[in-house]
Amino acid sequence: MAVAPERPRIYEGTRIPSPIPSVLLPPPHLRDTDDILTVNFGPNHPSTHGVLRLVVDLDGEEVVGVRAVIGYLHTGFEKSMEQKSWWKAITYAPRMDYVSFQYNELVFVLAIEKLLGIEVPPRATWMRMLLAELNRIHSHLVWLGTAGLELGAISMFWYCFRERDRILDLFEMVAGTRMHTRYFQAGGLAEDVPPGFWDECAKFVEIMPKAIDDYEGLVDRSEIWLERTKGLGLLSREDAIALGQSGPVLRASGVQWDVRRAESYLAYDQVDFRVPVYSNGDVYDRYRVRMEEMRESVKIVDQALRRMPDGPWIADDRKVVLPPREELHTSMESLIHHFKIVTEGYRVPEGEVYVAVESPRGELGCYAVSDGGPRPWRVKFRAPSFVALEATATCVADSLVADMIAILGSLDTVMGECDR
Amino acid sequence: MEAALHLRDELGFDFLSDISPTDYHGWGAKGVSGYIGTPSGRDIHRPSTSGLQQLPAPKPSRFSVSYHLLRIADDPARVRLQVWADDGEPVPSVVSVWPTADWHEREAYDLMGIRIEGHPNLTRILMDDDWEGHPLRKDYPIGGEPVRFSGEE
Repeated sequence: MAVAPERPRIYEGTRIPSPIPSVLLPPPHLRDTDDILTVNFGPNHPSTHGVLRLVVDLDGEEVVGVRAVIGYLHTGFEKSMEQKSWWKAITYAPRMDYVSFQYNELVFVLAIEKLLGIEVPPRATWMRMLLAELNRIHSHLVWLGTAGLELGAISMFWYCFRERDRILDLFEMVAGTRMHTRYFQAGGLAEDVPPGFWDECAKFVEIMPKAIDDYEGLVDRSEIWLERTKGLGLLSREDAIALGQSGPVLRASGVQWDVRRAESYLAYDQVDFRVPVYSNGDVYDRYRVRMEEMRESVKIVDQALRRMPDGPWIADDRKVVLPPREELHTSMESLIHHFKIVTEGYRVPEGEVYVAVESPRGELGCYAVSDGGPRPWRVKFRAPSFVALEATATCVADSLVADMIAILGSLDTVMGECDR
Repeated sequence: MEAALHLRDELGFDFLSDISPTDYHGWGAKGVSGYIGTPSGRDIHRPSTSGLQQLPAPKPSRFSVSYHLLRIADDPARVRLQVWADDGEPVPSVVSVWPTADWHEREAYDLMGIRIEGHPNLTRILMDDDWEGHPLRKDYPIGGEPVRFSGEE
């Protein structure tokens, strides 16, 4: 087999460290001196968004070497899911990324549906899109609040969490739980949407653009914010693609790429939205991309509210979908189907699929393999946080230690998803 | 490796989404009963579609490593490159082709025990450095973690 060349073409002209793309080593002339201080950040450092550990080599205040150590939150979700039937494994998925839970659920359910070849009714599709976009706003709000907090903008945190709570209230109305809703079923939704939801959601759509104006008013012209975000954590277009970055990080580096637009799923091809792209690839541009994405998400939610189709909210396939509760008292077949699905689970035809959706953090993929039985043979998630942390070494190079926190925050990683 | 270079340089698949190793140990050993369906569609109301025995199609080797590639361009496309390997058989590293493969390959080694050849830093990534075994393998015992401390000591 061919052996990889020493320094291949893809590294030329990029800032990606070589030979290990995710580890920045101190330059040789510094390595022999005693001036380098090695500091351990984490795994329980409040500014690292969870249990991330960074081993940083410092030359004065300057970061000359960095290595990210992950795995402190490894819970073996993928292994656990192999032990459960397909429909019970749906419960595991949202627990990975606990900030954008709906997306994990969505991508896993879409993978099951692709294997099953089941048709989803339009109402379920539109409702999924609506909830997913609400979840995107929720995730960006958590990001903005915590990233602001790290840079000293404490009031940002309170404002963001005020609106975040309204979104969680909406989730509670629909699914009964505020987080980890497990509202998506293979074939549609777990329940129909309660009637009061539409009015509440419409109210939210009305206040949210004003709230985003408020946030921008707080930081957009703040000297401190601009000073601490502009020109930091640079990632060029080539770096971003080579490092597999996705989502806002990729779009802030000038790449026009959004899975919703390029490989439309759900009903994204029927709604009108813009994909914001910025070209500097710094922390400030990532912030701008996320702010504009929130506005676009509000627009999508608004369109989904107006155009929500009527009709069934789950497919009518009794081998996969639980029969209506009232039928259990009158129909023997329904009782048998109910019993079979609840105890054994439905069987999914043999095959392997890879499904990708655009989560708030980037491309979230699910690779699922079925052997035709009621349990998944293998489930593998492509976690955007995992990939984003690979870029730490490239982004942090030559920055000051205080800016490292801002840069890490701008990558928006969730360790639960990263370590799975 | 040559296929990877060809895909990147000739066909423009410059974005590696994910590397997914799969262990097919014991594939089809349990036998599968139930309806036979295809992803393209099936008629569940036909009498014979329920309760038939069907074994899954055999796989060439124990492990497969799937590379999910993407072309970021005006004509986006996805490709899955699949490499088959037996236990201990080396799989060439693609870090030099797509730098993002670094952590994905470390994860494949850590959780599945795939021997990646030519990786610059092949260490465990999610599990402890002194962990024994590869947890996502099908023959890895579940709930079989040894007790490190007991009350008697």
